[in-house]
Amino acid sequence: MDDTTIIAAASIVSAGLTMGIGAMGPGLGQGRAVAGALSALAQQPDAASTITRTLFVGLAMIESMAIYCFVISMILIFANPFWNHVITQVVGK
Amino acid sequence: MRLSTDQLIFWQYGLLKLNATIVYTWGLMLVLAVGAKLITRGLATEITISRWQCGLEIIVTSMKKQIEEVGLRRPVKYLGFVGTLFLFIALANIFTIFPGYEPPTGSLSTTTALAICVFVAVPLYGIEERGLGGYLKSYVEPTIIMLPFNIMGEFSRTLALAVRLFGNMMSGTMILSILFIVTPFIFPTVMSALGLLTGMVQAYIFSILALVYIAAATGTGNSEADKKAS
Repeated sequence: MDDTTIIAAASIVSAGLTMGIGAMGPGLGQGRAVAGALSALAQQPDAASTITRTLFVGLAMIESMAIYCFVISMILIFANPFWNHVITQVVGK
Repeated sequence: MRLSTDQLIFWQYGLLKLNATIVYTWGLMLVLAVGAKLITRGLATEITISRWQCGLEIIVTSMKKQIEEVGLRRPVKYLGFVGTLFLFIALANIFTIFPGYEPPTGSLSTTTALAICVFVAVPLYGIEERGLGGYLKSYVEPTIIMLPFNIMGEFSRTLALAVRLFGNMMSGTMILSILFIVTPFIFPTVMSALGLLTGMVQAYIFSILALVYIAAATGTGNSEADKKAS
């Protein structure tokens, strides 16, 4: 395998792995957060607005982990710096 | 496939580029400014007020209530900054219902600019409220060991603000364009409806996080009040 193939294969595989593993953790975290918020809501329906607001902010915080993974995988697929470097070298030769 | 709206260029002259982000941002600013001007032109205090004025009043009073709930005592002071952030991001995300429009928040430059606004505004509000010494003391609050972590947190949360909004909006557009290739009939519509919801939630989150940071810097947040009470 030459350099181009290795970089392409590694980028594609790691983009998929990034998204897959990166979605797993935030998924578990969001599940726990929503479960906690629901039981809190069942115990104290009066505090619904505060709980909901805190829940949304917390969910966004957890979700941003998954979003970072998504951004990384998008960079690996569409704007890969290593790939661009290799391509410019090949073209320049 | 385009990763951001920066790559869609309408007009170019030498180094001067007019890309979609700039065009749509200025369009949004025009809509917001002209709309606000038109609505507030004939403000009334009678029993019957115009529909638009009523809508605007609902928006402003609910934003004021939200700011108060976070724990800031004088909401009007922060309404200008945080309210503008919210209205801009919300409108930018809602306008995706128009075909051909791409949200400028789907570009990392816009979101970074907004995050830098928050990054600059938080210390300014903090110094204004507690004085320079009082604000700087908040960096060594639990112990002096936390100083580097607090400074690092200041930068990392700015990065997080920018990347969160960018990632959410960009993923919405990207999923939509992929779905148009795969199943181009009904499913993209459902996803774009979901995109509207995410857009609103992200606008809310962005402004609430800015508020929480301001509340932490000014030392008037809920946690502080709780500490004093207990």
